[in-house]
Amino acid sequence: MASNYPDILQKLYHHLKQFTGPDVEITPQTDLINQLAIDSVKLLNLIMEIEDEFDISIPINALADVQTVHELANLIHQIKSAKQ
Amino acid sequence: MSLLNKLDTVAAARKALLPEGIEVFGTPIEEVYSSTEAKIGSHRILFLGTNNYLGLTFAPECLQAAHAAIDSEGTGTTGSRMANGSYGGHRALERELADFYHCQSCIVFTTGYQANLATISGLAGAGDVVLIDGDSHASIYDGCRLSGAEIIRFRHNDMTDLDKRLRRLGERSRSTLIIAEGIYSMLGDQAPLADIVRLKNSYNSILLLDEAHSLGVLGPTGQGLAEETGLSDKVDFITGTFSKSLGGIGGYCVSNHPQLDQLRYVSRPYIFTASPTPATIASTRAALKLLHDGIELRQQLWKNARQLYSRLRELGYQLGPEPSPVIANILDTPQQALALWKGLLERKIYVNLILPPAAPDGKSLVRCSVSAVHTSEQMNYVGQSFAELRDIIFQ
Repeated sequence: MASNYPDILQKLYHHLKQFTGPDVEITPQTDLINQLAIDSVKLLNLIMEIEDEFDISIPINALADVQTVHELANLIHQIKSAKQ
Repeated sequence: MSLLNKLDTVAAARKALLPEGIEVFGTPIEEVYSSTEAKIGSHRILFLGTNNYLGLTFAPECLQAAHAAIDSEGTGTTGSRMANGSYGGHRALERELADFYHCQSCIVFTTGYQANLATISGLAGAGDVVLIDGDSHASIYDGCRLSGAEIIRFRHNDMTDLDKRLRRLGERSRSTLIIAEGIYSMLGDQAPLADIVRLKNSYNSILLLDEAHSLGVLGPTGQGLAEETGLSDKVDFITGTFSKSLGGIGGYCVSNHPQLDQLRYVSRPYIFTASPTPATIASTRAALKLLHDGIELRQQLWKNARQLYSRLRELGYQLGPEPSPVIANILDTPQQALALWKGLLERKIYVNLILPPAAPDGKSLVRCSVSAVHTSEQMNYVGQSFAELRDIIFQ
């Protein structure tokens, strides 16, 4: 099960592909809202997928500080690290 | 972006979705003739989008009580429950609601929205967890945010998902407030309360059930889903509203936990709001008696609800998962939903239109709310109108 940052990032890319065309590159700096057009409802559904992937629960409150792919990966990493 | 630019974005989104000159949201109601009929524009229309489940807004007992309260106590309390706004009627209604639910305590709030805001933010705090159904009402989300607790969603009515999230919490499940609704306002479906109670007992959590849409609708005396399922004593806190089956405005929380009364001293939405008007309290007290004794009203309500649900299903409309007084027609696109809404209004039927992101899963809803006082002629006319519109909507 992925628990280090690079692994988390790779798995996140996989989940985020549904919001992009095949030729669009997702990087850690990609902005979830402005570049991938993930609105609040899509984001909450995405979070549920990610929670299952990593077997964690992500509090909605924590998402207020998440704008980029890196910030989301970092949050997942922190929650997973706290669990271990 | 300046402070006001973000509102321009809202205006642009609204303009792109809704044609000029159509007031879908906040449609002006010029006159109200009865619990089921009103005037919009120059037309007499049928209300099929109110939450007036028992049709009590014009009950003579309620009107008389409200008139008498205005005459004797004035138009408003001009003060908070905490200060000069707790009249004898407010306390009496709290006792009556506690008796109605066979509970020790009750607090009355100024709106149903505030009942959830006040109760949730008073019960949970920093370091606690609130575990809420994904289809929860905005008042639940907002109450959770105000609490400062960690907010975690579980998939709508998915008990495997709730179990999984409770398990992940470990010992923290003991300081977790689970929140569900008796009837969900979007699709009209009921919470699987027996399973939720089993899980909350298993993980030693606390359960709050919002009976806003189920009060007056479910249960032998109309208490809601907890009474309907025989689980009243297993639910820790019940919130609800006066603005649906009771035909007024306001909200409440009842519980057997003695700590409920302490919310009066810590809950900001309770402390910093003017209390309900004397007329509201008086009409609500009268309506509560009618609701308690309203077995025939409930029977008629369910007869109407099942009739319309079956008719719409026969016609091929995609509906919520079970018959309910809240009947949601699920449409794939906002344009389809708007066309159905307009078509019904042209046929003098008013329903509620719910567009993304307010509706679940990116769909759009045309939501009907059935009342016990809709006549069989009115229900037949609604069915006929949906039949006429089916081919236009799905062409």
